Amino acid sequence: MIKKLTCIECPKGCQLEVETDGSHVIRVTGNQCEKGVTYAQQEIEDPRRILTSTILTKGLAVKMLPVRTSVPIPKAKLKEAMDEVKKIRLSGPVEAGTVILRDLLDTGADLIATRRAG
Amino acid sequence: MESRELVIVGAGPAGMAAALSAYRKGIKDILLLERDQYLGGILNQCIHPGFGLHHFKEDLTGPEYADRFIKEIEGIKGIEVSLKSFVVHLTGNKVLTYLKPGKLAEVKAKALIMATGCRERTREMVHIPGTRPAGIYPAGLAQKMINIEGWLPGKEVVIVGSGDIGLIMARRFTLEGARVKAVVEIQKESRGLIRNVAQCIEDFEIPLYFLHRILRIYGQDRVEKVTVENIETKESFDITCDTVLISVGLIPENDLVEMAGVELDKATNCPRSVEPIPGIFICGNAYKVYDLVDWVTRDSEKAGKMAAEYIKGLK
Repeated sequence: MIKKLTCIECPKGCQLEVETDGSHVIRVTGNQCEKGVTYAQQEIEDPRRILTSTILTKGLAVKMLPVRTSVPIPKAKLKEAMDEVKKIRLSGPVEAGTVILRDLLDTGADLIATRRAG
Repeated sequence: MESRELVIVGAGPAGMAAALSAYRKGIKDILLLERDQYLGGILNQCIHPGFGLHHFKEDLTGPEYADRFIKEIEGIKGIEVSLKSFVVHLTGNKVLTYLKPGKLAEVKAKALIMATGCRERTREMVHIPGTRPAGIYPAGLAQKMINIEGWLPGKEVVIVGSGDIGLIMARRFTLEGARVKAVVEIQKESRGLIRNVAQCIEDFEIPLYFLHRILRIYGQDRVEKVTVENIETKESFDITCDTVLISVGLIPENDLVEMAGVELDKATNCPRSVEPIPGIFICGNAYKVYDLVDWVTRDSEKAGKMAAEYIKGLK
């Protein structure tokens, strides 16, 4: 079975043709670098995305603090993760990289601040 | 009048890279003017990843990319940052007038770097007929409303144009619980990066109509619906919505250099060279509209170096 994917690892956006047996990758063509192969395997077997959003702060100079997951999380959990992110209220100062929430929804990903807020 | 070796207007990615590069080339008397209350410019509202793959060999979000430069600038005495400082006048012999809280200041620069970025093209520029209700926003303004101000501008959204900001905002609205009912693009392919079509549109099964345009916007107080037309078959259909985002490109912001006597390209609003007046340099999105911030950084570092060499040549 051949599946067409757009590699999202970099702005080139290689058009990949991925040969699979339904659940595993057999061969990838169309990639300009090794990242394309890794991406195709991940995308076919367990698609994941970095989630970025904002959280509401209280008493800080920045009203909305931008946050990201430290590593990609399962695509199917994006919405549920957003619901968790929306519950958070931050009142203490943070630096870019400060962990806001550990192990978001048991994904192994931490939610981290991407900007300083004092 | 105050005088400086180098004045830089705008502390987004271009202005920050130019300042650091000029400093490294030996210029220690730099004034960096920024109209916002923070350094970082548009990067602060670009909370999504995809920045820095070339420059830092890492996948960073906009705020993280900005943070690296902000930290460096804050540690340097020779770069004085002036926030909430809005330049209102510029002359060809490099005298700037700017407003900051409580005062109107003037400064004369030996060299000047303009890193003033872009503004968004609006509904009026693409001539969409209809009423003028609330709920029509340039996509980047909607991005600022959500990511900086924490307001969700609408619940049912149609996006006009498939530039990167529109695609990114389609995903952002969806994640925030709004329904993006269509992205309407008059061309036969996206103007944005193809990976943004994949991860912002296809990931969320948002309908993307190529070779379609908005015929009319309806609504009295608030947007109620739009009519969309297939430009080939001329068939049309309505989409009910409360919000229309306009994502149809950017225009370099060059009013100040124009005021100083620089002639701009009529079609693009770009200057015809990086140094249109000796000692006045233009970099970043004010020079030309970039796809990637990494290239803004690279080219703005060159502009900073050129300004440093110009100043040294005067001595």
